[in-house]
Amino acid sequence: MYILLIIIAVVVLAFIGIYNTLVHSRNRVDEAWSDIEVQLKRRYDLIPNLVNTVKGYAKHEDSVFTKVTDARAAAMSAPNPGQKLAAENQLSQTIRSLFAVAENYPELKANQNFLSLQSDLTDTEDKIQAARRFYNGMVRDYNTKLQTFPTNLFASMLGFTAKTFFDIDEKGPEGQPVNVKF
Amino acid sequence: MVYTEISSNKRKTVLLITFFLVLIIGLGFVFSKNLDMPQLLPLAVGLSVLMSLTSYFYSDKIVLAMSKAREVKRADDPELYRTVENLAITAGLPTPKVYLIEDTALNAFATGRNPHHAVLCVTTGLRSQLTKQELEGVMAHELSHIGNYDIRLSTIIVVLVGIITLLSDWMLRISFWGGRKRSNDHNQATAVFAIIGLILAILSPLAATLIQLAISRKREYLADASGVLLTRYPQGLAGALRKIAADREPLEVANKATAHLYIANPFKAQKIASLFNTHPPIEDRIKRLEAMS
Repeated sequence: MYILLIIIAVVVLAFIGIYNTLVHSRNRVDEAWSDIEVQLKRRYDLIPNLVNTVKGYAKHEDSVFTKVTDARAAAMSAPNPGQKLAAENQLSQTIRSLFAVAENYPELKANQNFLSLQSDLTDTEDKIQAARRFYNGMVRDYNTKLQTFPTNLFASMLGFTAKTFFDIDEKGPEGQPVNVKF
Repeated sequence: MVYTEISSNKRKTVLLITFFLVLIIGLGFVFSKNLDMPQLLPLAVGLSVLMSLTSYFYSDKIVLAMSKAREVKRADDPELYRTVENLAITAGLPTPKVYLIEDTALNAFATGRNPHHAVLCVTTGLRSQLTKQELEGVMAHELSHIGNYDIRLSTIIVVLVGIITLLSDWMLRISFWGGRKRSNDHNQATAVFAIIGLILAILSPLAATLIQLAISRKREYLADASGVLLTRYPQGLAGALRKIAADREPLEVANKATAHLYIANPFKAQKIASLFNTHPPIEDRIKRLEAMS
């Protein structure tokens, strides 16, 4: 009788332990994701300024400007991390083509405002990379916990599902956008 | 960062403060008996508690003041600030404050009681002579000290070791002076206490130094390794350490109590590993870093 009680107590305690570590781990992933969003938000805020500055010098590049603006809007409204990833990659591509256009306008390249926007944007991209690496580390830890024994036996029962890496090279479930090569 | 390392550091901090409280109160007890001054004991209790609290909450400020460091804002040095900021994001830590020491010697340290109250400090020599990758390597090393709570432990040590050394020095003098005065009494109990007091006064700074050593050496290897996990570029830190090793200039603001905080021994004395080094030999650290790449 006592043995049975002890076994039940041990199982219950183990269960509580596993559940709590999973919750901690999942919260770390969510927190890391919000760190990425902070940086992405910063990039969204910089883009209109950048587009307007470039517009002042390069009047005939409307197609590039629309692409950047559309990509930004698409990225901002992406509902989940998977789609966000695809949209952000698209946005990075269009920003690169915007800078490629800027290369053709020497006066623009000498503009102080443009230069400071460019360095802010580079810095933001670096920060997105940094936040992305931290997020991926947290996702890796969390997914490893989900997939290892004995957690894998009840993880899905408790409603824990694997998270997606925010990775430029990795193929997400939604698939990759077409890479435009220059 | 390594979560077991964090809890081990927190535990060691509690142990250290307990040890400090016991030691100071013990010293107070022995000396109050020895010198026949019962008011010493409550004084010791009060002082030790006050000092522990001070060392927990203000040791980082004391250390910065000792090192004559000044704060750097983003506008003063955007590149340095951004380097720290980006690495902090990679490590998932809040961005620490950045301080500079006006000194041409190459060195750096981190301090503070937790990642939210952390300070990262470099010398102007280090700032000007390292490349971006090397600087990143050093910053990542210091950030791992912050993430691991090494900073809490090692900064508290600065203040506690300082206080113990100061007190025992002071008590040693009193006991010589007091001991002579009372040698006419032929009181055996007093003599015994005088001897215990003397032994304690001699041993306590030695114990304090040993704690300092035990705590700081292994941590450097660990911080090197976790720093490299942040930058993914061991050559950066290895290059920085090579430059630091080649620089023969001692850091003037460093002293015995703060030596263990720095990324490399600020006195530049010894090359071989010995019992009383606060740092592992730099050549060995470079070798380990090169083995990673």
